[in-house]
Amino acid sequence: MVDLTPPCASAVDTAAESPRPSREGIIGFCRRQPLGTVGLVLVLVMAVAGLSAEWIAPYNPTSNDFAAMTEPPSWAHLMGTDQFGRDLFSRIVFGARTALIVGFSCAIIGGGAGLVLGVASAYFGGRLDLVLQRVMDVVMAFPLIIMALAVIAIFGSGVYNVIVAITIPLIPRCARVVRSSALAIREVPYIDAARACGFGHTRIILRHMVPNVLAPFLIMLTAFVGQAILAEASLSYLGLGVQEPTAAWGLMLQGGAEEYASTAPWIAIFPGLAIALTVFGFSLFGDALRDALDPKLRDR
Amino acid sequence: MIRTLLAAAGLGAALCIAPLTNAAAPAAADTPKRGGILTFMIPADAPPSFDGHRETTYATVHAVAPFYSVLIRINPDNPSSTTDFVCDLCTEMPTPTDGGKTYTFKIREGVTFHDGSPLTAADVAASWQEIIHPREGMSSARESYFIMVDKVEASDATTVVFRLKFATNAFLPSLADPFAWIYKKEILDKDPRWFEKNIMGSGPFKFAGYEIGQSIKGVRNPDYYHKGRPYLDGFIGIFAAKQAVRVDAIRADRAAVEFRGLPPSARDELVRELGDQITVQTSDWNCGNLVTPNHKRKPFDDVRVRRALALAIDSWHGAPALAKIATVHTVAGIVFPGSPLAATKEELQTLAGFWPDIGKSREEAKRLLKEAGAEGLKFELMNRNVDQPYKYVATWLIDEWSKVGLQVTQRVLPTGPFFDALRHGTFDVTVDFNCQSVVNPLMDIGKFLPHSVYAENYGNYDDEKEIALYQALLHETDTVKQRSMIREFEKYVLDTQVHMLMTPWWNRIIPARSYVKGWKISPSHYLNQDLANVWLDK
Repeated sequence: MVDLTPPCASAVDTAAESPRPSREGIIGFCRRQPLGTVGLVLVLVMAVAGLSAEWIAPYNPTSNDFAAMTEPPSWAHLMGTDQFGRDLFSRIVFGARTALIVGFSCAIIGGGAGLVLGVASAYFGGRLDLVLQRVMDVVMAFPLIIMALAVIAIFGSGVYNVIVAITIPLIPRCARVVRSSALAIREVPYIDAARACGFGHTRIILRHMVPNVLAPFLIMLTAFVGQAILAEASLSYLGLGVQEPTAAWGLMLQGGAEEYASTAPWIAIFPGLAIALTVFGFSLFGDALRDALDPKLRDR
Repeated sequence: MIRTLLAAAGLGAALCIAPLTNAAAPAAADTPKRGGILTFMIPADAPPSFDGHRETTYATVHAVAPFYSVLIRINPDNPSSTTDFVCDLCTEMPTPTDGGKTYTFKIREGVTFHDGSPLTAADVAASWQEIIHPREGMSSARESYFIMVDKVEASDATTVVFRLKFATNAFLPSLADPFAWIYKKEILDKDPRWFEKNIMGSGPFKFAGYEIGQSIKGVRNPDYYHKGRPYLDGFIGIFAAKQAVRVDAIRADRAAVEFRGLPPSARDELVRELGDQITVQTSDWNCGNLVTPNHKRKPFDDVRVRRALALAIDSWHGAPALAKIATVHTVAGIVFPGSPLAATKEELQTLAGFWPDIGKSREEAKRLLKEAGAEGLKFELMNRNVDQPYKYVATWLIDEWSKVGLQVTQRVLPTGPFFDALRHGTFDVTVDFNCQSVVNPLMDIGKFLPHSVYAENYGNYDDEKEIALYQALLHETDTVKQRSMIREFEKYVLDTQVHMLMTPWWNRIIPARSYVKGWKISPSHYLNQDLANVWLDK
């Protein structure tokens, strides 16, 4: 058997390895990034709530109870009930699942597509770069929520359409940042060395470029989760996102929350708090992650 | 004399429903004051067009009715009556001749359009011709209400004659339709679509301006033929789709009233905060949400499945609870509750969806679903993006259906796409509606007829037996027999075939600033909106 690997391959591959993030572990992260830790805790609480909603929620989140309409918070209903008598705590717990599904789906799909397009655009350059960037310019010209509204208007409402609607505007935002990092990496000597060694485009991109843009990519991913949750809540609030009786935080702020703002304010307060805390948590965690992954900031 | 005659003739369905309204009407001693501008809220983004012959929405009638005249109308001083019709452009309510098949109206002389040109019988006949038999390429939303009319003609400058194919009690109430505006024949002849984008009538107010999506303005017509009216100098209708905006506007006195209807929570909020500065009028509403399964989609082509959908719903317990949070109130069948033609509670309880024992009803629903192979059926309920009461009703229905194992999701569409989906049949089951103006059960139940007979039925079914039952009913003029026949029709539609499902009828709640006088609530949000009698006690 003949080894066709160019002799310079291992040396180039080794040179291409990105500076790895600190291995200090969770305890070290917590000590160095207290605010980030708060964010992480908030994110984890939300994730646990969403993943184990069936076990945590005391009531069926979609079941009406006309004997308990607009009840204030009590031991029976920790966060009170809405106008249909549905337990708000149960709906918020299940709403975390909707937020998780939408948030992570949008961030991962949008971010993943942006990563591929950004790196490819930077690596190949030329006309491909020109065309892709102009397309990105067009898409980015619209604010996220406006773009999402347009997509919803075309495809209609519902969870899957909401994911599509929020994912599309996230793609160019990710692609633009990834491209700028990738452009710098494209010029470093080990990329030239890899080319000189005769490596294929796929290998160069996946092995040598992508790992080096992962740090800004991961930071963006956390920001995207927060943005997607906020966008989903906004769309649902406008009646264009997830629909009743599905438990979703933005949807809970619509209709009843407005109508009963003065007589049953808990209907608006708790879902509002859930949205605010989750987005706040992802922002703090994202900032901390950036600090932890950026070698310039890491040792400050 | 006329009222006695009409009552004796049965007058449709329309017998007295007197105590249905609870109006805090102005005291008789109140003397109207002249002047002032009435500002009111219109719960919509904009009217789809200004053409009343074509449109069916309050967004059009609330904004545009003050500019137009009609031939006859419900008495604006007694709008909750279903028999008290009075002339607007005619001089006297006619006595039918030719065995009830000919109605001759004398038209007021000296009436002018807002451009100063005289209004004659030719204008009246031409307008009704467009409503009853629209020319090719034009649509009339009320064409099906006048299947009994053979022709309408102006025999001279002041006489309009309606000739019917058969005598029916349903004709006169249909004629009092509040959308049946009188247009200028000369304009209709030149461009029948002109009235979609322009306004030129002979009503109490002259058009003064329209800003798309914002407001419409009218100023007093000094040449109005009802002398001394209107009392107002003008009006401003502000478009606002969001309920919170409309309630805030009334609370802050930026607007005096909204004429469609607000939910109980908004009423309570305004009354609590404004006390005697708010007057509330309520009425049963000739309007209700229906549930329409698409008979062309499986498994809804199976009557067992449709019947199971009905049997799962507990209206008797749902209605009182929903009435606290939504603009719905009364459990009834296909006829406006309180009408002498409406089913009694005992009669209703024999129909699917109204059984007194909900446990037994749901067991039967489960059995039927199992028998039809539709256990745990998943489907999508299409709905219109309107909170009150569409979304509230849907949320309730979905929970009711879950109790027999059905898994239902909701697809909410804005009004335009919603109607598009209805017309193209791209839905499994939809929240539908039947909102009528004058209470006229024989015509109002047309909604339940197949699409081939009633254009706004979206169930995608044909049913010759149902049509035959209806035709017999329409030709019957004896009210006792009518009542019996309508029960048979109702049982066939709601129980035997379950073409559609009923939900509680709506409840109209109108909180208005107490200084708004002269406006009285009616069972329809389309009626009594020309504002000629409204005055401000300021």
